[in-house]
Amino acid sequence: MGEESDESFAKRLEAAERRSGLNEKDEKATAAERDEQSLPALALRAGTEMISALIVGVAIGWGLDRWFHTRAIFLIFFALLGGSAGVLNVWRLVKPPQA
Amino acid sequence: MAGGSGIDVLGQFELRPVLGGLGEALRFSQSPLYMLLAVCLVLAFLYFGMRPAAVVPGRFQAAAEVCYEFIRNMAVDTIGPEGAAFFPFIFTLFFFILAGNYIGLLPFSFTFTSHIAVTLGLALMVFVLTVIVSLKVQGFRFFAHFMPAGASMALAPLLIPIEILSFLSRPVSLSIRLFANMVAGHVMFDIFASFVIMLAGFGVVGDVFAIGPIAINMALVALELLVGVLQAYVFAILTCIYLREAVAH
Repeated sequence: MGEESDESFAKRLEAAERRSGLNEKDEKATAAERDEQSLPALALRAGTEMISALIVGVAIGWGLDRWFHTRAIFLIFFALLGGSAGVLNVWRLVKPPQA
Repeated sequence: MAGGSGIDVLGQFELRPVLGGLGEALRFSQSPLYMLLAVCLVLAFLYFGMRPAAVVPGRFQAAAEVCYEFIRNMAVDTIGPEGAAFFPFIFTLFFFILAGNYIGLLPFSFTFTSHIAVTLGLALMVFVLTVIVSLKVQGFRFFAHFMPAGASMALAPLLIPIEILSFLSRPVSLSIRLFANMVAGHVMFDIFASFVIMLAGFGVVGDVFAIGPIAINMALVALELLVGVLQAYVFAILTCIYLREAVAH
């Protein structure tokens, strides 16, 4: 840990400050969306996006199974959908601007 | 927190009643206590900062004004002209999280942002707000966003649930990001601090080598100061992005 993540955070912070502190560069939406550009940060963010979609899918599937007393049908279905939604989230994160 | 043999890194996140008998009766733990402290600190900072209300600000007033302008610019730049209406909310959110992250760095204190219940509560607040704003601004056209433009109708039964799940995953990822960063940082503090205690058991050699983990912990404090402000910033900017999508026609 230590130096290299320090550096990446410093870079991110600098980029963030440049964008938000001085608003003469009028790059609005897309720039803010891709504010974490360093690789470890991006990887961490992509991981979070993927896992969270999967969690939501599994939670919905589990809940529906419990509700309808159908063991595992909805869980399997929604886990797959959640995984797909996770991939979609990651794609939204990394897709080239204005695709 | 950390004994000589076992390392109890998660003990620091346990909730205990505070303030004696009254706290016991009200189930009042450290978490709300430190939230109140954070709120009081932010309010005091703004109140005493702006009390002079000088045309040429002093240092304290300048700091308060910089904070105000920073969030205001972020809100208006990201959301657009409608952002001014959401500025108080985003300002509160940013400084509440920032104060929570920073108070948690003080020794013997508690980090309320390290609890998923707290971060998920904040994220759900943002989520509900964006849904309400979307429905108010866009009406039923809001639901059209769940069908990607240009996709064939045959795929709709598959694509729409995926889009809905992707939308529902927003508050989860928002809360997990803040929570995970805070927990990871504080667990690392605890691990390296317990190395010091363990090394102290090895006599003089251990005392010398214990300098290593202490140095790492000092570097970690600097890192955590950055992480604290960055996570508050990320939370606020993502809120702005979601609100921008909500107010877009």
